Amino acid sequence: MLKQTEGSHAVAEAVALCRPDVICAYPISPQTHIVEGLGELVKDGTLAPCEFINVESEFAAMSVAIGASAAGARAYTATASQGLLFMAEAVYNASGLGLPIVMTVANRAIGAPINIWNDHSDSMSQRDSGWLQLFAETNQEALDLHIQAFRLAEELSMPVMVCMDGFILTHAYERVDIPEQAEVDAFLPPYEPRQVLDPADPVSIGAMVGPEAFMEVRYLAHAKQISALESIPRIAAEFEQRFGRKSGGLVRGYRCEDAETIVVALGSVIGTLKDTIDAMRDRGVKVGVLGIQSYRPFPLAAVRAALQGAQRVVVVEKSFCVGLGGVVSTDVRLALSGLQLHGYTVVAGLGGRAITQLSLERMLREAIADTLEPLTFLDLDWRIVNRQLEREGQTRRSGPIAENLLRDVGPIAAKVA
Amino acid sequence: MNQAVKFYQTGTFTVGNRLLAPEQRTVQASIERNNSINSGHRACQGCGEALGARYAIDAAMRATGNQLIAANATGCLEVFSTPYPESSWQLPWIHSLFGNAAAVGTGIAAALKVKALKAGLAKSSVRVVSQGGDGGTTDIGFGCLSGMFERNDDVLYICYDNEAYMNTGVQRSSATPPGARTATTMAVGTAPGADFGKGKNLPRIAMAHEIPYVATATVDDLHDLEAKVEHAMTLHGARYLHILVPCPLGWGSASHDTIRLARLARETGIFPVFEAEHGEVTRVTKIRHRVPVEDYLRPQRRFAHLFGPKGHAEMLVRIQADADKNIRRYGLLNEEATP
Repeated sequence: MLKQTEGSHAVAEAVALCRPDVICAYPISPQTHIVEGLGELVKDGTLAPCEFINVESEFAAMSVAIGASAAGARAYTATASQGLLFMAEAVYNASGLGLPIVMTVANRAIGAPINIWNDHSDSMSQRDSGWLQLFAETNQEALDLHIQAFRLAEELSMPVMVCMDGFILTHAYERVDIPEQAEVDAFLPPYEPRQVLDPADPVSIGAMVGPEAFMEVRYLAHAKQISALESIPRIAAEFEQRFGRKSGGLVRGYRCEDAETIVVALGSVIGTLKDTIDAMRDRGVKVGVLGIQSYRPFPLAAVRAALQGAQRVVVVEKSFCVGLGGVVSTDVRLALSGLQLHGYTVVAGLGGRAITQLSLERMLREAIADTLEPLTFLDLDWRIVNRQLEREGQTRRSGPIAENLLRDVGPIAAKVA
Repeated sequence: MNQAVKFYQTGTFTVGNRLLAPEQRTVQASIERNNSINSGHRACQGCGEALGARYAIDAAMRATGNQLIAANATGCLEVFSTPYPESSWQLPWIHSLFGNAAAVGTGIAAALKVKALKAGLAKSSVRVVSQGGDGGTTDIGFGCLSGMFERNDDVLYICYDNEAYMNTGVQRSSATPPGARTATTMAVGTAPGADFGKGKNLPRIAMAHEIPYVATATVDDLHDLEAKVEHAMTLHGARYLHILVPCPLGWGSASHDTIRLARLARETGIFPVFEAEHGEVTRVTKIRHRVPVEDYLRPQRRFAHLFGPKGHAEMLVRIQADADKNIRRYGLLNEEATP
């Protein structure tokens, strides 16, 4: 059914269609509308039987989901930013125990300075947690990925994080196609746990494992993710067959066929990049974009296959590894081992800084001329950076950094070039 | 009880088996017994926690007809019971993290409820126990525990309180009593041991949540402990049982003194044993033979610095005052009991 709705609400409806047994809710922007939407569906009896639990922290949210999943329930929660960090210990635990929990991460920056706007720092911080990480480009894809995520999680008995850009997707009203319950039921069978707490057949789950088997347990988690490189496209193909649209998969190229320059990106910025590329293609520039939908497992072979014909690769990422540079670009570089390509890392959109077509095009022109810095910060305001460095050079007690910079920027906080 | 009790076992004030009704008698070994925590685990000799957990979980198993699932916090109980591939647990058991046993219990209870509803039942016949030590309960697991209480989730939480982080090598927790030496409250300086005026009283905090049932117990009175677990399992909603479990290793006491120390903790008034429902105390275990706190403290090397020529009489006075306060607060003395 076509519907004009908010991204968060579309996800709430998709999750409800998956018939979760237990939902743990803790508020954090920009994820709140999702659990609010689900809470309403439980409260009014639309989604039943289902336990909607208002927990006291994100750590508890994931812990309740762990208990529920281990007892055989389909468990769901959503979080973002500080919330994901606060639950980090339980995030690793859920994957270590092999519990197929599905969690939405409404991607948001991590403080300090506190910032509620979008970037990918939060889910990137958990990229090694053993969870599968799927990134949505649009609200429709976010909706579809949740339905695929439960299927994938339960097939592998591993948890899946569906990442969608906070505000840009979660709060955007767009037309989405919401499937019928019967269609989802046909696609997603009831949860059949691989391990379950059951008095009829008692098992001990979560025992201590020493050096004699720990490596092997970790390897098996890796083996599961590697097997997901096969499951993810298979499930996406089946989804396409049933629902009639492409969503998910490992990677998706756009105008990459004869491209000399390929931009790699995750999430909603792919939309802006497509517009940029269309405009550049119109002027005869051979450029394309490769969107990565499955960040964990990272599809090394698919990325290499998509990029190896190009002359240069520009990774535009909303994440930043302080002291090194790119996060996604490090993985992309691994996929390109041995290939002599020009590689650029462009850190963009941190803390919700708008990524405009104008800036992208300017940056891409420099990349194509091979004058771009290997590590570029898109639209970085060097004026206020240098002023702060100067201040710090002059006096030790130079004051709080964020406050100084805001004073320099003046009253216009949102910068759109 | 069939008749008025006139005789107790010498020195213990425990009622002799033959004076009790058959169902109240202690059975040490029986093929009928669940042995939910099977023999062969790796607890220390004289471990109060192993004893308390064995009786508590067996009682809960009896009360539920073996329809029980346990969630366990990280700690001694978890480590000594599951050196995989060996496991002592004869019931479905999960260990997730140090600080989330209560929340994991909440999740299990929620799953069971939905499962029952799907099967057309009003509620599940399977019940949930979450358990942890004092560190996992009063410190790192406190947030999750308070959340579970506040939502009145259908979980019995059992805290085995040995008054410090024993698994990591005897560090102070917020349940460590004043004056006690631990690895982080060293017996040096002018005020050796744990500070006075710090720490939290979790049974009272649990009561402040007005949950259906809060009780304390010690391993010196296993009948009382079992009765409290059985009663707790007749109730629904959040329930809390706080069991004092002496730790020979951490307390510096003899392995054979575990039960004696648990009894002395109760009979000095240091550890009040009571029950409360919906925030109000409903029953207390009276002190039969009141003893000064020294009797309890002396056999424990963690308090050795309080005694001797360089001892701290002023600290003993304060510990005694705390015990006296408990006796007044809970009315632990009978009229006829002699101080």
